[in-house]
Amino acid sequence: MSAHEEQTVVALVYDRPGVLNRIVSMIRRRGYNITSLAVGHSETPALSRMCLVVEGDAQTIEQICKQLRKLVDVVHVNDLSNENIVQRELALIRVNSTSSTRNEIIQIANVFRAKIVDIGQQSIIIEITGNEDKVESFFLLMKSYGVLEIIRSGRLAMLRDTESQKIIRRKKSEEKRKTEEGAEKEGLVNPSFSAPS
Amino acid sequence: MKLTGSAIICEALIKEGVDTVFGLPGGAILPFYQTLSKYPQIRHILVRHEQGAVMAADGYARATGKVGVCISTSGPGATNMVTGLSVAMMDSVPIVAITGQVARSAIGTDAFQETDVTGVTLPVTKHNYLVMNAADLPRILKEAFFVAKSGKPGPVLIDIPKDVQSELANFNYPEMVDLPSQTPVLEGNDSDIRKAIKMIEKSDRPLILAGHGIILSKAYEELKQFAENSQIPVVTTLLGLSAMRSDHVLNLGLPGMHGSAFANMAIDDADLIIAIGMRFDDRVTGNLKTFATKAKIIHIDIDPSEIGKNILPEIAIIGDAGAVLRQLLELNLKKTHPKWIQKIDQLRKTHPFSYPNTNRLLPQFIVEEISRITKGQSIVVTGVGQHQMWAAQLYEFKENNLWISSGGVGAMGFEVPAALGAQIGRPEKVVWAIAGDGGFQMTLTELATMVEAKAPVKIALINNFSLGMVRQWQELFYEKDYFATLYSGNPDWVKLAEAYGITGLKVTKKDEVEIAIKLAMDTPGPALVDFQVDQEENVYPFIPPGGGVKEIQLYPAEKVVNDVSS
Repeated sequence: MSAHEEQTVVALVYDRPGVLNRIVSMIRRRGYNITSLAVGHSETPALSRMCLVVEGDAQTIEQICKQLRKLVDVVHVNDLSNENIVQRELALIRVNSTSSTRNEIIQIANVFRAKIVDIGQQSIIIEITGNEDKVESFFLLMKSYGVLEIIRSGRLAMLRDTESQKIIRRKKSEEKRKTEEGAEKEGLVNPSFSAPS
Repeated sequence: MKLTGSAIICEALIKEGVDTVFGLPGGAILPFYQTLSKYPQIRHILVRHEQGAVMAADGYARATGKVGVCISTSGPGATNMVTGLSVAMMDSVPIVAITGQVARSAIGTDAFQETDVTGVTLPVTKHNYLVMNAADLPRILKEAFFVAKSGKPGPVLIDIPKDVQSELANFNYPEMVDLPSQTPVLEGNDSDIRKAIKMIEKSDRPLILAGHGIILSKAYEELKQFAENSQIPVVTTLLGLSAMRSDHVLNLGLPGMHGSAFANMAIDDADLIIAIGMRFDDRVTGNLKTFATKAKIIHIDIDPSEIGKNILPEIAIIGDAGAVLRQLLELNLKKTHPKWIQKIDQLRKTHPFSYPNTNRLLPQFIVEEISRITKGQSIVVTGVGQHQMWAAQLYEFKENNLWISSGGVGAMGFEVPAALGAQIGRPEKVVWAIAGDGGFQMTLTELATMVEAKAPVKIALINNFSLGMVRQWQELFYEKDYFATLYSGNPDWVKLAEAYGITGLKVTKKDEVEIAIKLAMDTPGPALVDFQVDQEENVYPFIPPGGGVKEIQLYPAEKVVNDVSS
């Protein structure tokens, strides 16, 4: 894992004044970088769910999750970095368009399954949803027409179905056990953490 | 029956067993103060500066193991507490700070004495609250005391607008809190405990690094038992001092930047380090790359985020120091390592703390005399700097939890207010504040508080007419460019003491030390002894910042030799 890989952390937090400030302040104070942050109401009243994308290696992410779990307003933290997840971002892009380029732009948007949400005299607003690579590629293509404005939601992420997750976990833990057994035979001891997840 | 917000706070304090608070009133906290006056069961200590309130509450909390409570008004009153809150945050001291705030309708309007106190104190508190309804006060007070004490303790601040203090609400004090994130795991994971015991069993040169966690958990007996059963030497961090008696044969005392050479060499030599309730601070480890290179690490801490923060351990046990030690003791591992113990005894003999046997008045001698005359049984409170290190090195603690010092933040001026708080919390103990003339001048205003509160603190002013530790760094790293570190305008300390109506003594000669200490202790009230010491005396051993045990500077031999002739 490279040092500046982006990792996804999802936190369930109380919907109270100052919560966002507490979380962002902790991350800033400890010198971590947030790439994106998305917050909204959760399925439970009075709780919000936020998706943080942060830069760092596995140890950094572990620290961030542990520090988040210490905050009074944080209910649950899930590190999705090595999980099987669905991740999406939504972007609105205002592209320069004239009568001569309009059709071309709409065609490209269709290929990307993007939606035209507004057509004006000089510009089109396109809504695109997908992982960041897809949004990025579309943005690059649109640049040749002139992107006047882009606004992105930041990453949203969710674990895939729990049953399939269980299978993945079981496989992972079997692999881990095998490597541990191997290590113990060689007289090595593996790091072992008993932190509550 | 409905009570005012102020009365709710007072009732809650009583429910939490608070009998002493430290504070200074002002406009935005006045409704509360005028209610507090009707509660004689809560003793209010009127400080002279809000930093004194929070530091006194800190000393009180460390000395008693209870939550310290401090109070201030809005704006400047609250911001004056920031330094003290950061001390409590870094050193894990349970404090509840109550601050007044402008009325709800004025919040956000830049009103007189309005400061965003919850914003300002966010990074230096474990949690803080802005109370917008008096009806929330019972829950918030309950939570604040719970959060301050739970897991790794720390300060919690409650900011209360003036009109909330007068608002009527029901008082039903909750029995429980609903804070899932603040309910720590106390018992260690069984399989990790067994793995740890196996690792200790296999070790030839184990060493315990005991920190503040032992004292916070009152796990003195468990630590001693465990060390004795498995014959494991113990090194205590700055805040772990007095977690074990200094004269215990297995106690090696202070490691790190100004720790003993033998403690640092033991760390360097160990093949296993069992770190309990400590966080591998840079003043302990120096350069992480050269720290304990031969050792595997077992890290026991109640705070999961401490694991792997600075050092990645082989085994991590999340839990309360006392609970985990009891679990370890249950497995009843009896072991001896005669060679290792012999080696450590050898290191202790060849590399003791040393300073010249001279007629000059040296600070080290003063600390040793205080230690001897108090029989190692007084509470010792220090500021930050050279005097702190000499006290840490040389005071021989004969009881547990006698040491109170600002460790993590290193806030000068901590000694006077913290000693005041400690004395009020433990009136039966002799409390010595060992001060430097730099830090002393930051908070000496609290001498008046000492007099009013009848707190008979004894102050040993290690007066070297300078910011000694900074001067030492200038000497060693900046070619003796003593810029902005020498004090030429210190007052006559005896006269100053007398102006406050307390006993003042001046000592300039070695043979006056004993009598001055005894005189101070025989005085019924507070006493201040001005020990005018050698200005150029340095703290040794010294591992320069970022260095390792190989860079250790011992007391220069030529200085010792020169002194014998003098």
